[in-house]
Parts: sequence; structure tokens; C-alpha cells
Amino acid sequence: MSLDLILDIVSWALLLSGGFFCIVGALGLLRMPDSFTRLHAASVIDTLGVGPIILGLMVQSGWTLTTARLGIVLILIFFTSPVAGHAIARAMRHRDVKPILSEDRTGERH
Amino acid sequence: MGHVLSTAIVLLVFWLTLSGRYEQFLVTAGIICSIFIALLAARMNLADKEGHPIHLAISALAYWPWLVWQIILSAINVAKIIINPALPVSPTMTRVKMSQKTDVARVTYANSITLTPGTISVDIEGDDIIVHAITRENAIDLEGGSMDRRCAKFEGSV
Repeated sequence: MSLDLILDIVSWALLLSGGFFCIVGALGLLRMPDSFTRLHAASVIDTLGVGPIILGLMVQSGWTLTTARLGIVLILIFFTSPVAGHAIARAMRHRDVKPILSEDRTGERH
Repeated sequence: MGHVLSTAIVLLVFWLTLSGRYEQFLVTAGIICSIFIALLAARMNLADKEGHPIHLAISALAYWPWLVWQIILSAINVAKIIINPALPVSPTMTRVKMSQKTDVARVTYANSITLTPGTISVDIEGDDIIVHAITRENAIDLEGGSMDRRCAKFEGSV
């Protein structure tokens, strides 16, 4: 087995698993009951969707400048997506959007 | 001064990576701009321990792989919930303590909670983070505080 073939297999496995988790995340966005739980489904796309896809592309491009740039994109997404998710959740709380809860353990009265 | 220098170096590496052209003029312009921006950032109090936490780089090397592993485990867990026809969610709001002292470590903790699928940090009240978890188990796991301890270790306060 040549090295190219192994790299192709690895990168395709990463790309396909990333694509799979993107689809699962999108399905979750449709199935979840309220906005808070939809954020959880979206964060599957942010992490196991985007991560393997970019890693797979990095394997495809080899030791080039493109790989370094993809690495920067990956780091950017890992630092900004939680901030965006938190901003949405915080905005909903401050606007008094009531989440559907099966249990409230914060010790607050609603 | 150390922070200014490392800010300049990070900016220069960023510029060289994005530009990809290494003519003498462009590299020189890049060096001058990086130093100028780093000095400007220092004047605006941005290139300090909070804006450019380079002193945490070594503990980040220990913390990030653990975080990535947690993210993979919990993302698979959430994916299983989504695929399950019964959709077994039990959304729970909870309150977890932050034992970190510095703002950088607190942001890291809150971001780690949000980045891990299944838990989202919603708000901060004093030393507590209000967290929304997709299942009761996720909330109780987080209350156990193993991520909190890792983050405190990450900032070096333990």
C-alpha cells in the first residue's frame, strides 16, 4: 500500500465522519423541542462536524501553507463558536425566553 | 515587554502564513507592521496577561488534549440522543461554582462548558455559572467539578 493511498483513506474517513456529524446536527436542529436544546444540536456541528472536515482537508493538502491556514481556521472556529453560542443563550435568558425544563437545579423561583 | 515581543512574533507568523509571499519588501513591511501594532496594543493595554496569555501556553498543552477528548465523548453522546427515535432529553438548568481566580481561566472554563456539546454556559452570577444541560446526567457530571478543577490547574492556582 502506498503512502498516498493511506493518506487518502485517512482523509476520506475524516471527511465522511465530519459530514455525518453535520447531518446529525442538522437533524437535531429540526427535532429538538426548544431553542436551548437546539443550541446543543448546533454545537455538535461546531465541534465534531467542522473539526474532522478541516483535519481531512489538512491531510489532503499535505505539508503546505494551505494546511497552516486551515489550522488557523480551525483555531478560529474553536475560539469563536462557544462565544456565539453563549451570546445566544444569554440573550434568550435576559429576554426571559423560558426553556422547557424537566428539572431546575439553579435554586431560583420562576 | 515579554508580552509585547511575543504579540509581535505571533502577528508576524500570522502575516507570513496568510500572505505566502516572501519577497524582501513584504517581509520587511510585515516585521515593521507587527512591531508597530504590538506597541500600539501595549499602549491600549491589550498586550498584557489578559489579552495575550502566552504564560499559559504550556499548561494549555496539557489542558487542550483533555478538552478535545471530552468534546469527542460528549458530541457522540449528543449525536446518539438526536438519532434515538425517542429523543431522550431531560433539559436541566443548573448552577456550578467557578474556583478560578483570573478572568482568562474563567473565560476558558465557560467556553469549555459551551464548547462541550450537551452543556451551555448561559449566564454568570458572582462566582457561579448558570448552565443549561441537555440531560440531567450532563448537569450532574458538570456539578461534579472535574472540568472546574482542570481549569483551576490550567491557570496554575492549584
